[in-house]
Amino acid sequence: MGWVWKSLNSSIGKKLVMAITGICLILFLVIHLINNLTLYAGPDLFNTVVKNLDSIKPLIRVVEIILALIFILHIINGVRLWIENKKARPVKYTVNGSSKNTTVFSRTAFITGSIIFIFLVVHLNTFWVSFNLGHPLAESHRYYDILVEAFQSPIYSGLYVVAMLLLGFHLNHGFQSAFQTFGWNHKKYFPLIEKIGTIYAVIMTIGFASIPIYFLFFFGGK
Amino acid sequence: MEHKKINLTLKIWRQHGPKTPGSFVEYKVAVSPDSSFLEMLDDINNDLEKKNLEPIAFESDCREGICGTCGLVINGQPHGPIPRIATCQLHMRNFKEGDTIYIEPFRAKAFPIIKDLMTDRSAMDRIMEAGGFISVNTGSVPDGNAIPIAKEIASEAMDAAACIGCGACVAACKNASAMLFVSAKVSQFALLPQGQPERYQRVEAMVKVMDEYGFGSCSNTYACEAECPKGISVKNIARMNREYFMAKIK
Repeated sequence: MGWVWKSLNSSIGKKLVMAITGICLILFLVIHLINNLTLYAGPDLFNTVVKNLDSIKPLIRVVEIILALIFILHIINGVRLWIENKKARPVKYTVNGSSKNTTVFSRTAFITGSIIFIFLVVHLNTFWVSFNLGHPLAESHRYYDILVEAFQSPIYSGLYVVAMLLLGFHLNHGFQSAFQTFGWNHKKYFPLIEKIGTIYAVIMTIGFASIPIYFLFFFGGK
Repeated sequence: MEHKKINLTLKIWRQHGPKTPGSFVEYKVAVSPDSSFLEMLDDINNDLEKKNLEPIAFESDCREGICGTCGLVINGQPHGPIPRIATCQLHMRNFKEGDTIYIEPFRAKAFPIIKDLMTDRSAMDRIMEAGGFISVNTGSVPDGNAIPIAKEIASEAMDAAACIGCGACVAACKNASAMLFVSAKVSQFALLPQGQPERYQRVEAMVKVMDEYGFGSCSNTYACEAECPKGISVKNIARMNREYFMAKIK
């Protein structure tokens, strides 16, 4: 199986790892958003959904581990590519012409990714830790109130909105980029893939960012 | 019709040799809008030589956009601001009175600077040697129409073969990746019947050499396609990715 490892470490292989893990994360975000949108139906539905997920904890743990591995692969491989790609041009241009030949989404993928990583740590520390590691409200299955509490802070909610905007940038590039890496680029359907990617990115940004806004300004309807 | 000359400030990268540090040297010029970019540099060099100063080293050959020898990064863009042309086809009428123009060499680890604006792009030759060929049986010339090829396929292969190997894709890419160049070469053979015998060997061998020379990976920013003087499509990179994958699982 040495050839697999070798192939995945080639310039094209590394991009393939990025694309496969990226598509997995794109699908994960869809499920995550659907779950989150139950918030808009009020505390009862959301609390029940989380409680039900809690009742199948062993299965959830397995899924979480797989998800964590996908995240880690995507992040480590991304950082590695970034370092290697920097080395491919040791002396930079004095005049940077990248704004003339690339989109802001594609050339900032590493920066947006890094900020999303910081966000991810903060996000897990707030909600995953609270939901799983004995927050008093979680003990009494009042998960909804944890959100009400967290999003009271304008700074915290603001961070979420900014992070989701950058996530949209990242996804807008990543979606079409994955298809290009898989080799699925044809003049007949690629413009459609690009459009779907942009629509997907906009839905994700609006969908996720609407939650802190809803809680900050409308206290989750309370 | 005689045009009024335009005054420009040029900041040109001067570097004595591969190991010595370089820097920008400023030149004030009055140039005819009808002059080409390289003619302007020729004029500067004539002046420098008259003053017994070292002329600026830069490369050119055909000066009609088909050989791929010339290549300067002009205000951050390989081959300058006008799309789909090589540096030799760029004319000074595209600049305005009083403009400052930064002229830099192609910058990449795989393209070491020889002197001033001249870089060693032989890494691309090594990639070609690894797989940019087809095997033919010697003997009499085969009949041109003996192998039928659909017009669409032939056109696509010809579009890929339009690559002049100038290296602007590498120069434009933020990762100094050579994927557009390599994918054009892989595609022109992979599309045609004559390229089939070495089809999968070729893509593996060319990518291997490309990686050895320290070109970066592709981030799909598509700067290469935007700056390519021949408009080579990034669809070729998608094809190369496919070919590489198929080669690996065979």
